[in-house]
Amino acid sequence: MDLAYSPEEEAFRARLREWLAKTLPSLPPKPSPDDWPGRRAYDLGWQRTLYDAGYGEVHWDASPTTRLIFLEETEKAGAPYVGAGFVGLLHAGPTIAAEGTAEQRARWLPPILRGEEVWCQGFSEPDAGSDLASLRTRARRDGDVYVVNGSKLWTSHAEVADWCELLVRTDAEAPKHRGISWLAMPMDAPGVTVRPLRTLAGSTEFAEVFLDDVRVPVANRVGAENDGWRVTMVTLSFERGTAFVGEVVACRRVLAEVAREARANGAWDDSGVRRRLGRANAEFRALWRLTQWNVSEGEASGGVRGASGGVPGVGGSVFKLRYSRARQELFEVAAEILGPDALDLGRGWVLDRLSSLSYTIAAGTSEIQRNIVGERILGLPKG
Amino acid sequence: MRFRLTEDQVALRAGVREVLVRCFGAERLRDAVDAGGVLDRGLWRELGAAGFFSLCLPEAKGGVGLGVPEAVVVFEEAGRALLPGPLVATHLAAGRVPGAATGEAVVTAVGGGGLVEWLDDADVVVGSVEGAVALRSVDPLTPLHRVPGADPAARLDDLFVLLTAAEQVGTAVRACEAAVQHARTREQFGRPVGAFQAVKHLCAELLVRVEVARVAVYAAAVTVDPVDIAAARLLADEAAVRGARDSLQVHGGSGFTWEADVHLCLKRAWVRAERGGSITESEELLAGELLVEAS
Ligand SMILES: Cc1cc2nc3c(=O)[nH]c(=O)nc-3n(C[C@H](O)[C@H](O)[C@H](O)COP(=O)(O)OP(=O)(O)OC[C@H]3O[C@@H](n4cnc5c(N)ncnc54)[C@H](O)[C@@H]3O)c2cc1C
Repeated sequence: MDLAYSPEEEAFRARLREWLAKTLPSLPPKPSPDDWPGRRAYDLGWQRTLYDAGYGEVHWDASPTTRLIFLEETEKAGAPYVGAGFVGLLHAGPTIAAEGTAEQRARWLPPILRGEEVWCQGFSEPDAGSDLASLRTRARRDGDVYVVNGSKLWTSHAEVADWCELLVRTDAEAPKHRGISWLAMPMDAPGVTVRPLRTLAGSTEFAEVFLDDVRVPVANRVGAENDGWRVTMVTLSFERGTAFVGEVVACRRVLAEVAREARANGAWDDSGVRRRLGRANAEFRALWRLTQWNVSEGEASGGVRGASGGVPGVGGSVFKLRYSRARQELFEVAAEILGPDALDLGRGWVLDRLSSLSYTIAAGTSEIQRNIVGERILGLPKG
Repeated sequence: MRFRLTEDQVALRAGVREVLVRCFGAERLRDAVDAGGVLDRGLWRELGAAGFFSLCLPEAKGGVGLGVPEAVVVFEEAGRALLPGPLVATHLAAGRVPGAATGEAVVTAVGGGGLVEWLDDADVVVGSVEGAVALRSVDPLTPLHRVPGADPAARLDDLFVLLTAAEQVGTAVRACEAAVQHARTREQFGRPVGAFQAVKHLCAELLVRVEVARVAVYAAAVTVDPVDIAAARLLADEAAVRGARDSLQVHGGSGFTWEADVHLCLKRAWVRAERGGSITESEELLAGELLVEAS
């Protein structure tokens, strides 16, 4: 049991730090949160910068520890996060790498890594949220294409996406988990309509997607026909297992800023406030340790490569349950410290407080995560 | 980075678990409860012979020569077994107090809140116990005295706090295991109660608290940093105290009986939460560190 990094890992960290110090000052200014084309360009530009410097594949091909160092250092340096590249880099890409054919990997992976194409996730439907397997969007086979009809909901980044990891029902007769397939659908195909939805934070980060006789080549199916549920589990375990790691570092930085604010505005004099900040510090320290633990376990059990083999286990649900709550609690403390300013959307953290409300819902609600922990880790019977 | 148990540590854990099942299994636990808080000297010497107290003592001094991470693994098992006695104080006295390392001597210490455990059975006490008054201890397996006028905010030895936290994690594990076991087997409405979400979710949260507290304790064992230790004890106290309460709830009426072990978990967790010192102090330490990091 140790927390020491190897000389190679430390060398990687030093190189990365130096590169970040040199590179970050020349980045263009961040676009406003509602400027989606601007955000797309910015996020892809950052991925391209990483790619050109040899860091493009860090989410996939590096050892988990190296990846951890990458996320830690980029976050500490205030570098951009994956942003619009989230789905492509953190779960569609890894899924294709793990489940796709050689042709599929060659077609879709390089553009993700080079920051050329954005992916979105078309899983949820109006009547299929937590009960995802009850999805109804149908794909009828017509020669070597699927003809897709239905609609998707809450699709993040749909407005600016080039591709969608789309779940469709390819066999209406089969039991509901058995008749699903996982398709890569081009978002510019005729019959795809995107209608942006406003979130409670006022932004348009997700959308409804209507699919009307959309023709998707059969060659775009990842995994076997009707085996899409299994492929989906791979995708979801990436989403829950590794996608939030960088944010823990970010939260620790925010927490320190919140403490500084408390000192500046006098809230610090209240021992109740200090105690809550202390608790939050304990929480995020432990979450970081949990991350390091999971990474070490993953590395030891052979899940060395994030994408080309190692699929994170159900332990991601333990992490997500605790992290999503801790993040919400962090911004509640921040709001208490801001006082009436917490009602001003112009203040930092107010939007974060609003958006943190999604963390116990998106990527599987906390109730669903508790079911997973109860049934798959503790072996309790299904309800 | 190898932040996980080494093979040796896994073997150590298994070995300690085996020893504890043998010398302090379910029956011995109940016997000890019936005996009403009398320290079992025979057991103490058995523990000594197994290297329990000399674990971290250098080999040159007759010890096993292991480190804090190993001690934490061992104390987690002790907590899981609900092993009674001033284990942490005696462990920390090994090499300083003659006989402590071998289990010949029983050493206790003044802990948080000016409380002293097992004062009447101890051969040596670390700290002043002048005017100590016996309490009617809530935990049947931890006799308690209180030292009047002891400074409640006195800073405790970090290792004392850390090993106490490790015991808390072990007790939280026990509470979680008991809850899951009960939820799998107790049937109501024609099915195991663990199939009901309200129960399943209590169990899931029990596990989440255990996992988070455990990594915090392990990390603190590696860094031995006071702030890490403060964080670890907060999470470990929460895992043990909340865990025992939730486990009691999962057990239903049987959980409220003297026969069920759940109350022993809860009461010991309460005792240890006091032993670790003021919770407010730990929180303040962690809060203060945020400003250091930010500056
Ligand atoms: C910000 C954000 C971004 C998102 N992005 C995407 C995206 O890009 N692509 C995509 O496909 N989806 C996306 N989602 C959708 C998300 O995955 C779903 O919202 C989520 O899975 C819950 O489904 P639902 O909204 O239909 O709620 P429901 O499933 O209707 O749940 C309603 C309530 O009932 C509870 N509940 C439901 N079933 C159970 C059960 N079995 N046991 C106990 N409680 C239960 C839930 O926990 C919840 O509290 C996004 C959501 C958000 C908030």
